[in-house]
Amino acid sequence: MNSLIGKNEISDTLADFFIQPNGATWANNIRSEALVAFNDFGVPTKRDEYWKYTNPQKLTMIPTEPAALFSNDEPPMFESIDRVKIVFVDGILDLSQSDDLILEGATIETLVDATSKDIHWAKDLFGSLEKNGQKPVKRPLAALNTAMAAEGLVIRITDKCKKPLAIRYIHNSETSDALVHNIIKIESNAQFTLLESGAGAARFNSVLEVDVADNADFHHVRTQGRDHERKTVTHIFGRLGKESIFKSFTMTVNGTLTRNDAVLEFTGDNARATVAGATAGDGESFHHDDTVFITHDAVNCESRQVFKKVLRNGATGVFQGKILVKADAQKTDGYQISQGLLLDDNSNFLAKPELEIYADDVACSHGSTVGAIDEDAIFYLVSRGVPRKQAQDMLVLAFLAEAIDEIDSNDLADDINDRLAAWMNRR
Amino acid sequence: MTDMIAKDGVEAETVEAVKSLSGKYKYGFSTDVEIEYAPLGLSEDIVRLISEKNDEPEWMLEWRLQAFERWKQMKEPDWAMVDYPKIDFQDIYYYARPKSMSEDKPKSLDEVDPKLLETYEKLGIPLKEQALLAGVEVPDGDRKVAVDAVFDSVSVGTTFQKELKNAGVIFMSISEALKEHPDLVKKYIGSVVPQSDNFYATLNSAVFSDGSFVYIPEGVKCPMELSTYFRINAENTGQFERTLIIAEKGSSVSYLEGCTAPQRDVAQLHAAVVELVIQEDAEIKYSTVQNWYPGDENGKGGIYNFVTKRADCRGDRAKVMWTQVETGSAVTWKYPSCILRGNESQGEFYSIAIANNMQQADTGTKMIHLGKNTKSRIVSKGISAGKAQNTYRGLVSMHPKAENARNYTQCDSLLIGDKCGAHTVPYIEVKNNTARVEHEATTSKVDDDQLFYCRQRGMDEEEAVALVVNGFCKEVLQALPMEFAMEAQALVAISLEGSVG
Repeated sequence: MNSLIGKNEISDTLADFFIQPNGATWANNIRSEALVAFNDFGVPTKRDEYWKYTNPQKLTMIPTEPAALFSNDEPPMFESIDRVKIVFVDGILDLSQSDDLILEGATIETLVDATSKDIHWAKDLFGSLEKNGQKPVKRPLAALNTAMAAEGLVIRITDKCKKPLAIRYIHNSETSDALVHNIIKIESNAQFTLLESGAGAARFNSVLEVDVADNADFHHVRTQGRDHERKTVTHIFGRLGKESIFKSFTMTVNGTLTRNDAVLEFTGDNARATVAGATAGDGESFHHDDTVFITHDAVNCESRQVFKKVLRNGATGVFQGKILVKADAQKTDGYQISQGLLLDDNSNFLAKPELEIYADDVACSHGSTVGAIDEDAIFYLVSRGVPRKQAQDMLVLAFLAEAIDEIDSNDLADDINDRLAAWMNRR
Repeated sequence: MTDMIAKDGVEAETVEAVKSLSGKYKYGFSTDVEIEYAPLGLSEDIVRLISEKNDEPEWMLEWRLQAFERWKQMKEPDWAMVDYPKIDFQDIYYYARPKSMSEDKPKSLDEVDPKLLETYEKLGIPLKEQALLAGVEVPDGDRKVAVDAVFDSVSVGTTFQKELKNAGVIFMSISEALKEHPDLVKKYIGSVVPQSDNFYATLNSAVFSDGSFVYIPEGVKCPMELSTYFRINAENTGQFERTLIIAEKGSSVSYLEGCTAPQRDVAQLHAAVVELVIQEDAEIKYSTVQNWYPGDENGKGGIYNFVTKRADCRGDRAKVMWTQVETGSAVTWKYPSCILRGNESQGEFYSIAIANNMQQADTGTKMIHLGKNTKSRIVSKGISAGKAQNTYRGLVSMHPKAENARNYTQCDSLLIGDKCGAHTVPYIEVKNNTARVEHEATTSKVDDDQLFYCRQRGMDEEEAVALVVNGFCKEVLQALPMEFAMEAQALVAISLEGSVG
C-alpha cells in the first residue's frame, strides 16, 4: 500500500504537504475554513506556552522521520471482547480486514462517504467541536487534521449499543504519515463504547469529535501501540449534554513522541466526565504528554482527571491539566490528580495542573506528586520472600491501577491490566 | 465580635481601630510637602540624573545605563492573568523627593521635616527612636525594630543606627551604602536578580532611586528586627526601590517590609527588586505586608505592583523564609523565589493574597532545587471577593543533582461571591527520582456551616466571614513576626469589608 497517498512530497510547508480532500460543498467549506484557521495559527513551536514541555518539532517536520515497524508475538488488543472490528492500515480504512460496518443501535459510515453526500447530519458536527476547542488555547494540529484528513468514521448512535466498536490502527509502512478524523454523535439515552488500539502510522494525527446528548453515555478505552519510533498526536473534543456520561481512558506505552489532548465541555447540567491515563515510558527517546482542558459551563457537573506515569531509563512524562469553571457553573466538582513514578534518576516528570475558577460554589482540587518507588513497600514485599524485581513490578502495577480503575468495564480493565503486567519485563 | 477575635490573638483595641475606619483605605491620605521631581518620562538623561542625585560612583551609572539599553529592547510580559490599561512609561516621574531632603540633607532624624515624620506617625511607624533611647521603659519582651523609611524616591531616615553599628550590622539606604560601602554593593548587586532579568527588574536596574541595604557579618544574629517602610506620596510617580540583604556565614536576620500609598485616581507604578544572599548556615526571614492603595471599588487608581524578589541560598544549610500578606495594589505581579544552591538549604514561602473589588493578583513563588537534600515548603492562601481575580502561579523545579530534595506545596483558594475568580497555575519539573514533590490545591467557597455557626452566636455576616477567613489564613499568619501578624490579621478583616451581603 502506498502510504504517501494524498501527500505532496515536494512541498515545504506542512499545509501544502497534505492534499485537501474533495467532497460535497459543505464539507469542502468546513475543510477550507479549518485550513484558514491553521494558517492563521501557524505551526506550533516549543515557544508556545502549550508546548512548553514538549517539542512539537517531530510532529510538524516534513516529511516525517521514518519509524521502524514493531513486531511482536502478542495478540492484538481486545481480541477477547465481543466487538465489531474495523481496521485502518497506515491511516487508510482496510475493509478486507474489517467486519461489516454494522452495529445494532448505530449507523457507521466512512468519512469519505459522509462528506461526499450533499445532505448529511455530520454537517453540523464535522469540525465544529474542534473549532470550538480552539479557544482559548490554539491547537493547530487539530485544525490541520480537520482540513486535510480524508479517512475516518462517521458514527451515529441512536440506541444502547450492546457491543463496542473496536478500531485497530495498524502501522505498516516506515514512512506513513496519517491523518484520521472520527465523528461520533450519541443521541439522547443512547450508549456507546469505542475501543481504539495500535500505533496507526509512523506519524499519526487523529481527531475524535464526540457529541454526547442528554442522558447518553460514552465510554472510550484506547491503547496507543508500543512501536518505539512512532510519533502520535491525538485530540479528543467532547461536548456533554444534560446528565450525560463521558469516560475516556488511554494507555500509552513507549513511542518517541505522544501528545494526547482532551478538550471537553459541559453544556448540560448534572453530567459527569472522566479523562484518565496510564503511561509507562522506558528509554531516553520516549516522551509522553497528556494535555487536558475541561470547561464547566453547566451546573452540578463532575469532572475527574486521573493520570499516572511510570518512567525509567530517561523517559519524560508530561501532564498539563486544566479545569475552567465559568461563572454560572455552580456546584461544580472538579478533581485532578497527576502522579509520576520515577524508577531511576534520568527520568523526568513535568506537570502543570491548572485551575481557573469563576464560580464560588464549587469544590475543585488538584494534587500532583512525583517521587521514587517507596523503599519501605519494597522492603515489606522482599521480607516476605518476593524477589526485588517482582516486588517493584507489583508496586508499579498497583500505582498504575488507580488510573485503570477509572474504566467501568471489568473485562476491559482486566485486559489492560494483563497487558501491562506482560510488558513489565520487555520493551 | 471583638471578644471572639481577641481570643484569637488580636487585641480588641486593634480591632476597634480598624473597625472605626469603616472600610475606607486607612492610608489614603497624602502628605503636603514640597516635592522635587525629575522631568517627566524616561530617557538616558533621567538615568544619569538619578545617579547624579544619589552621588553615585561611575560604575553604578554604567550599570544603570546598560540596564536601560537592555530595557529598551524588552517587551512587557503578558502571560500573567491580569488585565490593565497599557502603561505609558513616558508619563511617569521616575524620581521625586521631598524638597527638604534635597539640599542640606538632614544629619539626624531630628532635622527631618516634621511633616514627614508625622506621616509615618500617622501610619503607625515609630521612626523616632529618641523616646526609647531617652529611657522610656520598654516592657519586657517588646522587641525593638530598626526602621528605614522610604518616602517616594528617597530614604528619609534609618533608626537605631548606633546599636546596629555596635553589632556590626550595616543597615542603611542603598544610596548611602553606595557611598560608604561601594565594594559590598558592587560585589552583590545584580548577583541574584541580574541586571536584565525581566522587563520590570531591568527597568528597576536602570532607575532605582533608593531602597535598603543590609549586611550581617559572619556569625552575627541581628539584635533587632529590621524594617523598611515604603510610602509613595507624590502623584504620577513610580517607586523603584532596590533592596539588597547579605547574610554572611552563620548570621541571621528578620526583615519586615510595609508599604502604603495615598488614594489617587490615577494608577501608579511600583517596580521593586529585592535580592537576598544567604551564605552557609545563615538565615533570612523576610516578611512583607503589602497594603498599597488598591484603587476604588470601580477599579480606578491604585498601585501596579510589579516586583521581583529572589533569594539565593549560596551556602550549605542556608535558610530563607518569605512571608507575604498581599492585601493592597490594583495589580500585583510578584513571585518571591528561592534558589536552593547549597546542600541542605531550605526555602519557605507563606503567602496570603487577598483581592477584593477590582483588584487583580498574580502571585506565587519559585523553588529551584539545585543542591542535595534541599527542602522547600509553599503555603499559599488566596482569597477573592467582589470582582477580583486572584492567581497562584508557582514553579517547583528539581534539578538532576538535587538528590533527596523535598517539596511540599499547598495552595488553597477561597471565593467570596460569584463575580470573582480564583486560579492556580503550578509548574512542577522533576528531573531526579530521589526528589519528592507533593502538590495540593483546593478551591472552595466560605463554608456555609461555619458561617451559620458564627451567625447563630450573634455575629453579623461580615464579622463571620472575617473570622472564617482568618482561620483559613492561620497557617500563614503564624509565620509572621508578632507585630506584623496582628496588623495582618486586622488587615484581612478590613480588606474584605463590603464583600458580603
